[in-house]
Amino acid sequence: MSGELVKLLSDLKEPEALAFVEKSLAEGVDPMDLLGDAKEAMNIVGQRFASDEYFIPDLVFSGEILKGIVQMLEPHLKKGEEEERLGKVVIGTVAGDIHDIGKDLVIFMLDVNGFEVFDLGIDVPVQKFVDTIKETGSTVVGLSGFLTLAFQSMKDTVEAINAAGLRDNVKIMIGGGQIDEQVKSFTGADAYGKDAMEAVTLTKGWIGG
Amino acid sequence: MEKKWEEMSADEKQEAQFQKLLTPKDPEGNDLKFQSPEAEATYKASITRIKDAVQLKKTPDRVPVALLPSMFPFINAGMTIEEAMYDYDKCVAGFKKFILEFKPDMHIGAAGPGPGKFYEILDYKLYKWPGHGVAPEHSYQCFEGEYMKAEEYDLLMMDPSFYFRNFYLPRVFGALEGFTMLPPLTGILEMYGVAFNFIPFALPPVQATYKALFEAGAEALKWAMVMGGTDVELKTLGFPIILGGFTKAPFDVIGDTLRGTRGIMMDMYRQPDKLLKAIEALVPIMIGMGIGASQQTGNPQIFIPLHKGADGFLSDEQFKKFYWPTLKQVIVGLVEGGCIPFPALEGHWGSRLKVIQDIPKGKTMWMVDQTDMAKVKETLGKNACLLGNVPSSMLGLATPDEVKAYCKKLIDTAGKGGGFIMSNGAFFDEAKPENVKAMVDVTKEYGVYK
Repeated sequence: MSGELVKLLSDLKEPEALAFVEKSLAEGVDPMDLLGDAKEAMNIVGQRFASDEYFIPDLVFSGEILKGIVQMLEPHLKKGEEEERLGKVVIGTVAGDIHDIGKDLVIFMLDVNGFEVFDLGIDVPVQKFVDTIKETGSTVVGLSGFLTLAFQSMKDTVEAINAAGLRDNVKIMIGGGQIDEQVKSFTGADAYGKDAMEAVTLTKGWIGG
Repeated sequence: MEKKWEEMSADEKQEAQFQKLLTPKDPEGNDLKFQSPEAEATYKASITRIKDAVQLKKTPDRVPVALLPSMFPFINAGMTIEEAMYDYDKCVAGFKKFILEFKPDMHIGAAGPGPGKFYEILDYKLYKWPGHGVAPEHSYQCFEGEYMKAEEYDLLMMDPSFYFRNFYLPRVFGALEGFTMLPPLTGILEMYGVAFNFIPFALPPVQATYKALFEAGAEALKWAMVMGGTDVELKTLGFPIILGGFTKAPFDVIGDTLRGTRGIMMDMYRQPDKLLKAIEALVPIMIGMGIGASQQTGNPQIFIPLHKGADGFLSDEQFKKFYWPTLKQVIVGLVEGGCIPFPALEGHWGSRLKVIQDIPKGKTMWMVDQTDMAKVKETLGKNACLLGNVPSSMLGLATPDEVKAYCKKLIDTAGKGGGFIMSNGAFFDEAKPENVKAMVDVTKEYGVYK
């Protein structure tokens, strides 16, 4: 591989990256190779974010370019070529809270780092977390919330996971605008992260990868 | 002879504003009648304390303490947020109870919940509120979207009012759909053709929109009368209101409710020049919004909630290019207009302090949420009064003793030499009343300057 797509995407050159994919497909390059390059580029984006070289807008924009690339590749890809994932994570914004920007960034970073993420959306009822953990066999749960009401909702969610007998199977992390060590202790979660990168570090620590 | 307002310097304007606050009037324009000499003394001492804290010329008698809650007063009074939004009398009763119970040096009024029925009449889509997407006991929450499209910057800049009326408002208020059919006002020029401009007002969708506007206006007035009455009553009891209005950082105007977080981030890469031009075009509008509100309410503090400039949301270069220059222009413009800009650093802002400390000295007050207060004091605090930063988590979950210890530390660091107002760092809903009380009480005891 030339690695050119890796560079274009990781440097956030949108028109150039899309033009390169179009040209490569026309030249008969294997779309799986292009997809592999795109993934490698996203890893670099993640590393740059972790080292404070990139910031949230860079992450969001890289995701947007990736979406464009995947749309171009999709018609050329055979089904069932999904790569192996490192582990499963359930994430949602807790009951009563409808904020999703932070949650979506965490999901994006986990996905880029090779985890399979089940996004339950916003204002997620306690039972939905419990059901999804059971159905998917996920071992990490992420609870997001922006408002002070989320403190109690997070605690309720942790307690419900406990009552369902699933607490020993999962690690629970929380995050959001007003979340800190004190809120972590109150809710009974295992850890809190202050940004999307910390969510990845926590998940890697628990699952490996 | 007294100088005319236009001839005054920024210093003189600010001084005149404080003198006005120190000699309050009732709604009829007569001297406000306080309910007791003690109430009058408390009121004036609070204003003087805040004045000294803001101006950085003199150390106040003690650290002032403010309470800036979101829905806490109403939860504390045992009502749901839905009740606070729909029953205006109940709302102000809850707020009055809150002020009398905790006795802060200043407050921001009971307008937080807003008039629920008004939002209903207009079919407001930008927020979810109790009965309309969230539970009765929960606060209203913004529903972000791309209410302005990526290709609409030129339209916005050409005529912001026309763009707002014909494009933006009908998207965020379902009942204002009729606005899409109205022509620009600037087409009304001379006898010939003038009548054509008025034909849309005969159309049923336009008339339905105006009917909704009349109803909404009546509801807003009904609500404002109740809120205003309570502000005056609380003043007569010795509790000044701090808030004179609000405006926004131009970048946040576009990023919060027009293009949305995702939209504006894309625009920084795909059409940076247009975004910059639009932000610059918004500067005089945002200055005018703050000065206008201040003149209407007679209160100089203009709140500016800051969002997308927080740590991590932009790179340093993006912050210096897209966020700060126009925000600074708004701050300076407000100061020149006699206002006291009151920006709130929501979230963490540690990486921005060296940039934002470059502001006129003694003219602004900054609400600090979670940024390290000692670092803020060393930078921004040299030029500005700081307010905050008791965390929401602490007010909700800690013990009163822990709150007191935290506040004492704040008084020792941020309060050193004046220029500090004790307060919560972020607008809060749930909290332990005993913690809120601990914050106020410890400031009144420990915060006295010797």
